[in-house]
Amino acid sequence: MRAVLLRLAGALPTLCGVVVVTFLLTRVLPGDTATYFAGPTASAESIAQIKASLGLDRPLPEQFWRYGVALVHGDLGMSLTTGQPVRAEIIARLPASAELTLCALILAIGIAVPLGVAAAVRQGSWIDHICRVVATAGVSLPVFFTGLLLVYVFYFRLGWMPAPLGRLDAFATPPHAVTGFFLIDALLARDLVTARAALAQIVLPATTLALFALAPIARITRASMLAVLGSEFIRTARASGLSGPTVVVTYALRNALLPVVTVLGMVFSFLLGANVLVEKVFAWPGIGSYAVEALIASDFAPVQGFVLTMAVLYVLLNLGIDLLNRAIDPRARRGA
Amino acid sequence: MMAPTTDVLRVEDLSVAFQTRGGLVRALDRVGFTVGAGQTMALVGESGSGKSVTAYAVMGLLETAGRVTGGRAFLGQTDLLATPPRTMARIRGRRIAMIFQNPRAALNPIRAVGKQIADVLLRHGGATRSNARDRAIEALRAVGIPDPARRAKAYPFELSGGMCQRVMIAIAVAARPDLLIADEPTTGLDVTTQAVVMDLIGAMARGSGMATILITHDLALAAERANRIAVMHAGHMVEEADTATLLARPRHPYTARLIAATPTAAGSLASLQSVPGGLPDLRQADRLHCRYAGRCERRQDACDAVLTMRPAAPGHAVACWNPL
Amino acid sequence: MTSTSTINATVSHIRFVLGENPVTLGAAMLFAAFLVMAAAGGVLAPYDPLASDTMRALQAPTWQHWFGTDQLGRDILSRVIVAARVDIGIALASVTLVFAAGGLAGLAAGFFGGWVDAVIGRIADNIMAFPLFILAMGIVAALGNTIPNIVLATAIINFPLYARVARAETMTRREAGFVDAARLSGHRDGALLLTQVLPNIMPIMVVQMSLTMGYAILNAAGLSFIGLGVRPPTAEWGIMVAEGASFIVSGEWWIALFPGATLMLAVFCFNLLGDGLRDIVDPRRRT
Repeated sequence: MRAVLLRLAGALPTLCGVVVVTFLLTRVLPGDTATYFAGPTASAESIAQIKASLGLDRPLPEQFWRYGVALVHGDLGMSLTTGQPVRAEIIARLPASAELTLCALILAIGIAVPLGVAAAVRQGSWIDHICRVVATAGVSLPVFFTGLLLVYVFYFRLGWMPAPLGRLDAFATPPHAVTGFFLIDALLARDLVTARAALAQIVLPATTLALFALAPIARITRASMLAVLGSEFIRTARASGLSGPTVVVTYALRNALLPVVTVLGMVFSFLLGANVLVEKVFAWPGIGSYAVEALIASDFAPVQGFVLTMAVLYVLLNLGIDLLNRAIDPRARRGA
Repeated sequence: MMAPTTDVLRVEDLSVAFQTRGGLVRALDRVGFTVGAGQTMALVGESGSGKSVTAYAVMGLLETAGRVTGGRAFLGQTDLLATPPRTMARIRGRRIAMIFQNPRAALNPIRAVGKQIADVLLRHGGATRSNARDRAIEALRAVGIPDPARRAKAYPFELSGGMCQRVMIAIAVAARPDLLIADEPTTGLDVTTQAVVMDLIGAMARGSGMATILITHDLALAAERANRIAVMHAGHMVEEADTATLLARPRHPYTARLIAATPTAAGSLASLQSVPGGLPDLRQADRLHCRYAGRCERRQDACDAVLTMRPAAPGHAVACWNPL
Repeated sequence: MTSTSTINATVSHIRFVLGENPVTLGAAMLFAAFLVMAAAGGVLAPYDPLASDTMRALQAPTWQHWFGTDQLGRDILSRVIVAARVDIGIALASVTLVFAAGGLAGLAAGFFGGWVDAVIGRIADNIMAFPLFILAMGIVAALGNTIPNIVLATAIINFPLYARVARAETMTRREAGFVDAARLSGHRDGALLLTQVLPNIMPIMVVQMSLTMGYAILNAAGLSFIGLGVRPPTAEWGIMVAEGASFIVSGEWWIALFPGATLMLAVFCFNLLGDGLRDIVDPRRRT
């Protein structure tokens, strides 16, 4: 527990850095918010007025102070297009994004880790070649394009999947919100029909994202399994006559997972970015599509709120990865 | 038979080849020896002489590029070289066990040492899930680790090299094997720990009648610990005899060189001679003739004939056409 | 140092690697084809990429229009060809920019250490604290929705990678000792950096460039796809896929397929080429 708190404290400077960068993006860069708010026909006078009302005429340190104070109160500003506080909208839309990303991550790990292990155990076999093709091709996929391809094949051609229009089709009612994850909430409500419908909607976007995240995970799993399988303690395990599964899973895989867990940080960076594109393709009502809509309307507060939220989430995810690493590796536990 | 003991392992004509980019490397050529119950046989030679390859071939642990091209290795009545891999996995750890140099790297870095012993016990030793932990602690106590209940929870990085080698020995003897192969077990340990580890191996062997193969480049260590010594050079066995005979009256020129190159308590460093020349290239087609000829000062025309081990005296064999 | 024999050795090594690895050779040829498309797109395109013809809108691929026509009747093949200049141009410009900026920063950090290293490391860490594509979105949103800003944003998100590689390489070179030797013989720091260290870290940095080209293109196309950067009617792969997206559900697949597939092929080609170049420059890291 103490270790967790220590790590949290260690993440504080990073969080401060994130806040500073987001502030710089909002206030200091040449994009002139006030001119924008005022609209194209505004006079210099009204621009100045808006500047004053937004506090943009104050010195920078003061602006930063106000920005920080607002953040501490959870105030991310108002959306111009919807007239709603950005914080409320992001909180309302976050579960949709989280459900999609988590499903994709689970799917990706579920395929990539066994694939990488099999490729390493049977080095040079057909499964090894598949793994290498997947690893190189996967990182080359533009997610927005693979998403469209899947829609064309599985919705338009085969008709196996529903139209790519959000989390549930228009006639279904969302389940009573407990976690905000439709799949879980529908199951909690024992509403199998809704659960099925939600599952049908999430399959394609989650697969699209997973295809993208698969590649780095499979690549690193294969490489680190190969390294571990060649190591001395695996030779000891074999010399002790331990069974094949024990050697591969208990001895090799657990050690090989350490680099895989580390790489998850990079995978999350990719996933959160790709999530934005996939949400646009599948009209998924998450925070990514919220940010894209705001971007197109040049509505800045939601975009900044979104960037900040994602960055904070990412810092927390990296923290989680760090803790997971400690759970697996006793050296990290005792060393710190 | 003369030997009062029964043979635990009898290796006959063992040949191993490695497929490499540069061609087929004949790493072992017709190697043979026997080890009796309770005996310690030392395989001595420079690195690359084929000592470890011999052990790995017997264990069925050759890397994928390596292949046994001939010979038999009888463990009791079982020819290990003809045993299918699945059956070998049951024999390893139960009837033959092995310990390695660099013990800390030879243990799983993220598994508590007690669990690593329990894994072997569960597989071979007849332990059950409920008593595996206690038996692992017992095994740690048996190899002289103080406070074994606490140490069972330790990870290799928390133990000294000597402690790790004790754990390795505990793992190896957990299932009371008939044969222990110790591959450079003291390399990398400090001198006092070396003695302790070797004493421990000796005690384990005496207690259970276990045979030991000691693989080492250190002739002095072999002289101190082994009943018999087999000298290897470039994949050939060149001489085999009981320790006292071999040291007192070596017949092979290479053995004589090795003895001359080994510092003893009596000799001084000034009289130390190194063995001249390097190992020959083993990629050439069947090298059935003497592989030491290129380094040998006693070389003569007869040395180009096919080489075999021949008795030089009762219990003393040498592979040389012009022995000392 | 660079005698003809070492050059010959390098050439034969490259020839050996390419011969061993026909995939890299294929990728190199494909790369050349993309460069030709980018350089001479206007000449190669069979039609005017901007000329709309509503009579011919939404036609599936035919012998006249190999890739079909879009909702305005524009020839998709011509647009795909012309778009190569925009996409590859953005990627090349951003990679060159970050090569210079990140390379120099890493060089300075590795060479001088101390507070220079600390400041540059802090900047890199701060960038890495964001999911990179999202940071790029934020930068473009703040700076304004233009192509130069896309280039800049793509360069910024790649900065930590370049700075770290350059720093690590510089430190190994510095420890190798010949820098100390040169310093003892009276060279100044600036001269040392440029004459001793820079040439030595160049190969690995070039590999880094080719490895990140694919990512840079993906990033730029992704930004265009969500409506940032390049704007219609300019032909650009990401925008063309976005335009085709609404037609996918009604079965007009060719509008999105051809630009999307071309984009994928380009990225794939850069990644293969990057892997191949790494094998040539640094065989140890081969996987």
